[in-house]
Amino acid sequence: MSNDLARYDDPASLSTDVPPHAPGRHASGQHASAGAGPAAGRAGGGLFDPGQLLASFPDAVRKLDPRLMARSPVMFVVLVGSVLTTVFAVMDPGNWFGWAIAAWLWLTTLFANLAEAVAEGRGKAQADSLRKARTGTVARRLTGTDEERVPGTDLRVGDLVVCEAGDIVPGDGDVVEGVASVDESAITGESAPVIRESGGDRSAVTGGTKVLSDRIVIRITTKPGETFIDRMIGLVEGAARQRTPNEIALNILLASLTVVFLLAVVTLQPFAVHAGAEQSVIVLTALLVCLIPTTIGALLSAIGIAGMDRLVQRNVLAMSGRAVEAAGDVSTLLLDKTGTITLGNRQAAGFTPVPGVTEAALADAARLSSLADETPEGRSVVALARERYGLREQHEGDLAHAEWVVFTARTRMSGVDVGGRSVRKGASASVTAWVRERGGTVPPDAQVLTDRIAQAGGTPLLVALEDAEGARVLGVVHLKDVVKDGMRERFEELRRMGIRTVMITGDNPLTAKAIADEAGVDDFLAEATPEDKMALIKREQAGGRLVAMTGDGTNDAPALAQADVGVAMNTGTSAAKEAGNMVDLDSDPTKLIEIVGIGKQLLITRGALTTFSIANDVAKYFAIIPAMFAVVYPGLDKLNIMGLASPESAILSAVVFNALIIIAMVPLALRGVRYRPMSADRMLRRNLGLYGLGGLVAPFVGIKLIDLLISTIPGIG
Amino acid sequence: MSPEISGALQFLALAGSLALAYRPLGDWMARVYSSDTHWRPEKWIYKVIGAHPEAEMRWPAYLRGVLAFSAVGVLFLYALQRLQGVLPGSLGFRSIDPDQAFNTAASFVSNTNWQSYYGEQAMGHVVQTGGLAVQNFVSAAVGMAVAVALVRGFARSRTGELGNFWADLVRGTVRILLPVSVAGALVLVACGAIQNFSGIHEVGQFMGGTQEWNGGAVASQEAIKELGTNGGGYFNANSAHPFENPNPFSNLFEIFLILLIPFAMTRTFGKMVGSVRQGYAILGAMVTLWIGFTGLMMWTEFHHGGPAFDIAGGAMEGKETRFGIAGSSIFAVATTLTSTGAVNSFHSSYTGLGGGITMLGMQLGEIAPGGVGSGLYGMLVMAVIAVFLAGLMVGRTPEYLGRKIGTREIKFAACYILITPALVLSFTAAALALPTPADSMTNSGAHGFSEILYAYTSASNNNGSAFAGLNADTQWFNSTLGIAMLLGRFLPMVFVLALAGSLARQSPVPETAGTLRTEKPLFTGLLVGTIMIVAGLTYFPALALGPLAEGLAS
Repeated sequence: MSNDLARYDDPASLSTDVPPHAPGRHASGQHASAGAGPAAGRAGGGLFDPGQLLASFPDAVRKLDPRLMARSPVMFVVLVGSVLTTVFAVMDPGNWFGWAIAAWLWLTTLFANLAEAVAEGRGKAQADSLRKARTGTVARRLTGTDEERVPGTDLRVGDLVVCEAGDIVPGDGDVVEGVASVDESAITGESAPVIRESGGDRSAVTGGTKVLSDRIVIRITTKPGETFIDRMIGLVEGAARQRTPNEIALNILLASLTVVFLLAVVTLQPFAVHAGAEQSVIVLTALLVCLIPTTIGALLSAIGIAGMDRLVQRNVLAMSGRAVEAAGDVSTLLLDKTGTITLGNRQAAGFTPVPGVTEAALADAARLSSLADETPEGRSVVALARERYGLREQHEGDLAHAEWVVFTARTRMSGVDVGGRSVRKGASASVTAWVRERGGTVPPDAQVLTDRIAQAGGTPLLVALEDAEGARVLGVVHLKDVVKDGMRERFEELRRMGIRTVMITGDNPLTAKAIADEAGVDDFLAEATPEDKMALIKREQAGGRLVAMTGDGTNDAPALAQADVGVAMNTGTSAAKEAGNMVDLDSDPTKLIEIVGIGKQLLITRGALTTFSIANDVAKYFAIIPAMFAVVYPGLDKLNIMGLASPESAILSAVVFNALIIIAMVPLALRGVRYRPMSADRMLRRNLGLYGLGGLVAPFVGIKLIDLLISTIPGIG
Repeated sequence: MSPEISGALQFLALAGSLALAYRPLGDWMARVYSSDTHWRPEKWIYKVIGAHPEAEMRWPAYLRGVLAFSAVGVLFLYALQRLQGVLPGSLGFRSIDPDQAFNTAASFVSNTNWQSYYGEQAMGHVVQTGGLAVQNFVSAAVGMAVAVALVRGFARSRTGELGNFWADLVRGTVRILLPVSVAGALVLVACGAIQNFSGIHEVGQFMGGTQEWNGGAVASQEAIKELGTNGGGYFNANSAHPFENPNPFSNLFEIFLILLIPFAMTRTFGKMVGSVRQGYAILGAMVTLWIGFTGLMMWTEFHHGGPAFDIAGGAMEGKETRFGIAGSSIFAVATTLTSTGAVNSFHSSYTGLGGGITMLGMQLGEIAPGGVGSGLYGMLVMAVIAVFLAGLMVGRTPEYLGRKIGTREIKFAACYILITPALVLSFTAAALALPTPADSMTNSGAHGFSEILYAYTSASNNNGSAFAGLNADTQWFNSTLGIAMLLGRFLPMVFVLALAGSLARQSPVPETAGTLRTEKPLFTGLLVGTIMIVAGLTYFPALALGPLAEGLAS
């Protein structure tokens, strides 16, 4: 969670439109070092390099296998068309037109495969670096008290293995003994080591990571070949990709449109014969390929792969494409307060002295009492005293003989006895008792102050001093949860997108409400138990809402499994990672908001290209129909509003445009349509204008330009 | 007053009276289909047919009801025509041949009312009143029932139940179609339409010679012919015949009856799904198309060039002088945008582009406003398609009225939009590719092609109007058109009901700021665009070789 702060500084961080020069997750300064590590392969965010097209060419040719092509009915029809036109071109080898159409139909097919190959290729580099981390590990398996060396691939679930400094963890498992620092950069790209220890919520280790210090015993929880890193390789390579429900639905619609156009073209021949203008198979095939939605048909799978890839760029692994789609539909976000909405820990926000005490004196005493307090709260008291009153280490000499009183759950106080002075800081009741024991009095003002802070949702800490003048209360330190910068605006954005945010916290309702108001969430769940959380998810789902949440603990697992989008933190337990349908390698719960954006972007890209593809057809009719029939019905030449040079160049231009538009749209398919949070209404208006009207107009211009070029070739036009 | 202004005023009067009737009728229909009481005559009917009107049906049961009832209707009507020669009250007409009897039975049960016979020379009182008129009511009521079942699919949740087909059928007939058509018949009688059971009269003609005219229950059949978007005329000349449609007022009134229920069903839809604004959005799409088509039709009919046109003030060939160009154009657009198919002028004689407008009107799937019931469900299926395409662009898996449009839903919707283009294009292609059917064409070239394209467009979309010129009383056309009518009517119903069942099972997704707003004008525009593009792309090549080739020639 350490990266949160850096992330909020980036005002555009909710937008998933990644500029090419700032690849995804490396946008913030804290990650500057990561690019050099094994994660370098995953840089390159939205970058689209024409060189990738060339590099992927062999793959594209390999994908011409009809069995693979049959997965996309639209492109299968194009393949059949390519073969058909080639056969007819061979039968009439003197006709340049047949050869030209055949060549461009083959290119159309290849371009579609190329789009998919490029999308997959981007994952390959990443998969290779992951594979390196996996291969050749030797496990030190414990058998009774002995240890034996076996290949990592021989491990079985339940085996105990030992890892010491320098060892590569041989498989996924839980630490059952010891504590160690582990370098997880092989999978997360984050070079800073993390602590893994037995018990608790930080016990999971991942195969392929490296132990940097100490010795741990790991119980293997996953079979070789099914480990996290294996799944990750499968995911980034797209090998495990299954078509998502929405993709299947879209494919059905595209297939039915293809059938309609197939009918329209096949039945056109008898009509044409009746009109006395029989058409060649080559022309009819060209018309068919122009009409069927090839643009979206060619790019559909690339869009899906790229969507998953965009998640990987942000170090999120989705276990299924279904989850990515669901993310776009989420209408309720459950966000843990700590670490997501607030800065993890309570921080000192102010010193309020009782009457007769100066603020500086209170600050000095509070600071003194906290010097030995290594809790985040204690450190924040020291920091506040330094920032606000310029108090520095001025008692260094005195402190040599100081007697530190450490905070314990029983005493609920910390402090110091030095040079005849005793300072205490802690819970109101404990400090009051401490003062009274020493014969001091507690002014009623102190009670008023603590109550006021508690009501405002803060935590009051009483500070007391005993010196020559006796024991007395100096004042109160106000500890509060600090809401991260920019959260209010983010929740506002989410609200505009129709997403409700619910803050989950273990705090009492009063505190929870104060923070909820400050952060601007729509609702909160206070004193939340895992059962409450589960009940909340079920209630939301019963109302038809899709719920997204993050979690890391074992007790989060049921809720993670129940949620429609459950993002497990990589630092979490393996139970949590199993239960969720995504894993965030950065363990940054705020990323949930970005995941929703990526899900939406995926769907928008799909819709935009479908609309574009279908709108394109109008212009193609205006190019091809007059070319086919103006000979017998000269009136139809009025439909040739583009003024195309000749029937042959008109038909060829439409076919060439149809092929080139696929390549032109590849960057958009891979990068995704630009997406900013806004209401559905505005988004529809914008995208409809851009891709609907744009799709109507663009081909008129494109076909005309291609026709101008083609008609300059001698012997044509 | 110029004919153009008179046309505009007629259109405004029509739109105004439709607007006045919209709310009361729409609300009444919503109450009829949501009511839990039974009228006494309804109880008798339930007892006679052995139905349990309270029993809720899932979509397969509802579909079985629709199909069984319609199958019985086809058989009964077929038998009645085949036995006409031995039945009393048949004016001495002989029994109808098997292929024509099948065609006519399919035609009236499927709410198409394509007529390959001459009413006044073939059908006696028994068949006209006891067979055809009955189907005019019940085939319309079946369409409304299916539409209501789909609306219930949107309105209900976590249940597969879509209501009771028999109750919907009986209520639609008894509480909506009967009362309104009785009132409509009275108005038509007042206008001068005939209503009797008289025999054949021999009448002298102006230019010498005689003509045979027969009477009949014309006004009553005329009322339900328009109200139920049937279109099967008592006489061959249909609404151009003075006994059916005596004067300009009756003409406007008949158009009013045609459009009355289809438009008002959007209000019923809005009421039943709990948001009348959703109904207005659908209505908006229908009205936009209707106004656009009417405007285009008037434009092409009034302003078509040529010496004959100039003398007549426009394209008057095939139009009645008492209706003029405007009264004919408004009628032609209304009858082809709905599944009516009644005609008061001859669409074959329209300008090339005008003929194309009548064809495209049907090819949209007859959804603006479409047939009674079928218009609403057709439009809702298009809305599902539009939502699917556009919904993605707001970054959510598409949903309409809180229902997710997932794989199942899109499968049914996609099948629905496949059926009529497949029927129209395949049968037209077959008719042209085979040697004999083309003999039925009166014209050659583009106009002859239009005759056949129009016939299959009309039959598959259950319109029933004819382009004229085509001799459709052949075994080939009687059989294939009959098949096209039956498949074009009942296959879509299968998918509509399956879709309804699938929608009704869902639990609704609550509306948020991230939801596509389907009650806004933007969506209405999108819906119109989707309809035009989907239909336009499908039929553009065919239209180019028929009406466009003709219309752009001059």
